Amino acid sequence: MEQYLAVLIFLFAGIGLVLFTFFFSRLIRPANPYKAKNQNYECAEKPIGDSWIKFNNRFYIFALIFVVFDVEAVFLFPWAVAFGRLGLYALIEMIIFIVILIFGLFYAWKRGVLKWV
Amino acid sequence: MMQYLALAAVLFAIGIFGVLTRRNAIGILMSLELMFNAANINLVTFNKYIQVPGIAENLTGQVFAIFVVVIAAAEAVVGLAIVLLLYRNWKGIDVDRINIMKW
Amino acid sequence: MIAGVFSQIGQSFQQLIGDVSSNPLFYLISFVLILSALMVVTLKNIFHSALFLILTLFSVAGIYILLHAEFLAAVQVLIYVGAVAILIIFAIMLTSQLTSKRIVQTNEQVTVALLICFGFLGTAFLSIPYTVWRIADVALPAENIFTLGKLLMTDYVLPFEVVSIVLLAALIGAVVLARREGS
Repeated sequence: MEQYLAVLIFLFAGIGLVLFTFFFSRLIRPANPYKAKNQNYECAEKPIGDSWIKFNNRFYIFALIFVVFDVEAVFLFPWAVAFGRLGLYALIEMIIFIVILIFGLFYAWKRGVLKWV
Repeated sequence: MMQYLALAAVLFAIGIFGVLTRRNAIGILMSLELMFNAANINLVTFNKYIQVPGIAENLTGQVFAIFVVVIAAAEAVVGLAIVLLLYRNWKGIDVDRINIMKW
Repeated sequence: MIAGVFSQIGQSFQQLIGDVSSNPLFYLISFVLILSALMVVTLKNIFHSALFLILTLFSVAGIYILLHAEFLAAVQVLIYVGAVAILIIFAIMLTSQLTSKRIVQTNEQVTVALLICFGFLGTAFLSIPYTVWRIADVALPAENIFTLGKLLMTDYVLPFEVVSIVLLAALIGAVVLARREGS
């Protein structure tokens, strides 16, 4: 458990740093809000619409595909660690695993969802 | 060990509350994730504290927990795709309004 | 007799809660975990509850580390915090009317839901101390990741391959569902 002490210190230091800068700057800065200052910043132009805009749907399908391959990557870690002592058998299993998933990628490609129109 | 089980029970109860009270489909999905995590805490706790005779490498609970995480990720992918489709067709994802499957 | 029952319940409750001084880190993490989980289910703004979901998932990773499941903690951060939570935030951003307006996020089942929750909690809290567990603080294998990889490649090879088929199904389902109509 002792080796996690550094992680704990980092965690508290990170939280503390953010809180410190956040509240210390609030203490020392001048506070003079007016209407033009409170507008959303949009490259010094007058902002158009709300700051909560809808994202493009196309980002979303990429996020969905990313999650699937993220899960695949997680399985690669223990496989890679154990590979040295397991040999060919493990390699064949992992190849089957990846080939099945590549079918999915191929399908998405063929249906044209990977195209950025 | 009982503290961990009690913690998992509390987390599961909070998840049940969320599933039953949220109107929003995404809110229900988030509460479901809480329940998955409660189940996972139980699995890992049993893996640590319960002796299984005759097994040398005692990590079965953690393997199961990894599979649960993976299935939860797949469920989130399909569930959120359905939510997006609902939003496109119904202009909202309030689950009380989506009732054409109700008899 | 009733007093005896109550004292017994008090004893089992004490057993459940345990000794704070024995493992203060566990109680700190559980406090954060339960508080943020409550925020997830009760906050009005669904975007804020998604942010608290991330905090909850992080605390669960901390619990895994306390239970010597290091790789599982990494998996938790990689898949849940890094992917699923981001996906949920994406979905909230896409269905934007949730955040811009204040709409009631809960339905009229709150009382019933509370009853069910406390019923479940009561049952669990009563049954956990009265079960006879075969407790043995098992020495887990030192090489956590190596053993997991070996188990995945030998004993659990069939579930491992089935997982890839599940992921394939999820991927195809997501592509079919999320594709724009007409294109």
